[in-house]
Amino acid sequence: MSALAPILGAVESPTITEETQTKEAHDLPWQVVVHNDPVNLMSYVTMVFQKVFGFPKEKAELHMLEVHRQGRSILWSGVRERAELFVQQLHGYLLLATIERVN
Amino acid sequence: MEVFRHNGALEISEIDPFLAELLRQVPASANPEAVPAAERRLFSPPADPEKEKEMCAEWKLYVEPELRRIFESATETVEGDLRQLGDSEKPLENCTLRIPIGNAEAWLNALNRARLALAAKFDFTELELSDHYRSPIGSRRDLSLFQVNFYGFLQEFILRELECSAAESSPNE
Repeated sequence: MSALAPILGAVESPTITEETQTKEAHDLPWQVVVHNDPVNLMSYVTMVFQKVFGFPKEKAELHMLEVHRQGRSILWSGVRERAELFVQQLHGYLLLATIERVN
Repeated sequence: MEVFRHNGALEISEIDPFLAELLRQVPASANPEAVPAAERRLFSPPADPEKEKEMCAEWKLYVEPELRRIFESATETVEGDLRQLGDSEKPLENCTLRIPIGNAEAWLNALNRARLALAAKFDFTELELSDHYRSPIGSRRDLSLFQVNFYGFLQEFILRELECSAAESSPNE
């Protein structure tokens, strides 16, 4: 950031960037997290990610493996209402899912 | 026991009386009532209850009843299919269970609930759950672990056949 300061100084309206970042921060405050559960089958979790998020199989498997190895995976970020809907669907499939604030 | 897909249904044939009884137990095993650990697992909070008290309270009020309705509906479908097994009038005969493809999701849901509820009730460790060469059944706990693994095997079968069925219906993908 500091290395770009001389360049930014030459731009007429640098504050626009800051406004956009602030707006994005307001729009994307929540994330959907799925936590590891040793009982749920890996193939089942993959199928659920495909159904709920419309992921292709390869992407669904990557998230499933992240849950398995790291203990959790962030599946989606966005507005609270949609995140709650995703978590509700995931609970319908018996996955351990939570909604968290991005920060 | 043999499992295969036939005429738009998943067919499990040559089910011996012991496995047939385990299948009859799916609805009861999937019901977390009177087992607080199972109830907690099947109806886990949607967020950290300490940080998001209001959200968790609303969830309990509005979302949980809807989840219970979904689970009950899946159980009813499974109970309907299980009527094919009849009761124990002919206890020594092998039998066949036919699960229409349209009922497969209800079965996946009920089998998963049964596995989760049993695992919560008996507090199985990850090591126990992954020990597929465990010694023969000698206690209620061993039987329940066998149940969890048997239901998992059925889930794998249903998932595989659903995938094959979807691939066949869209061969260009």
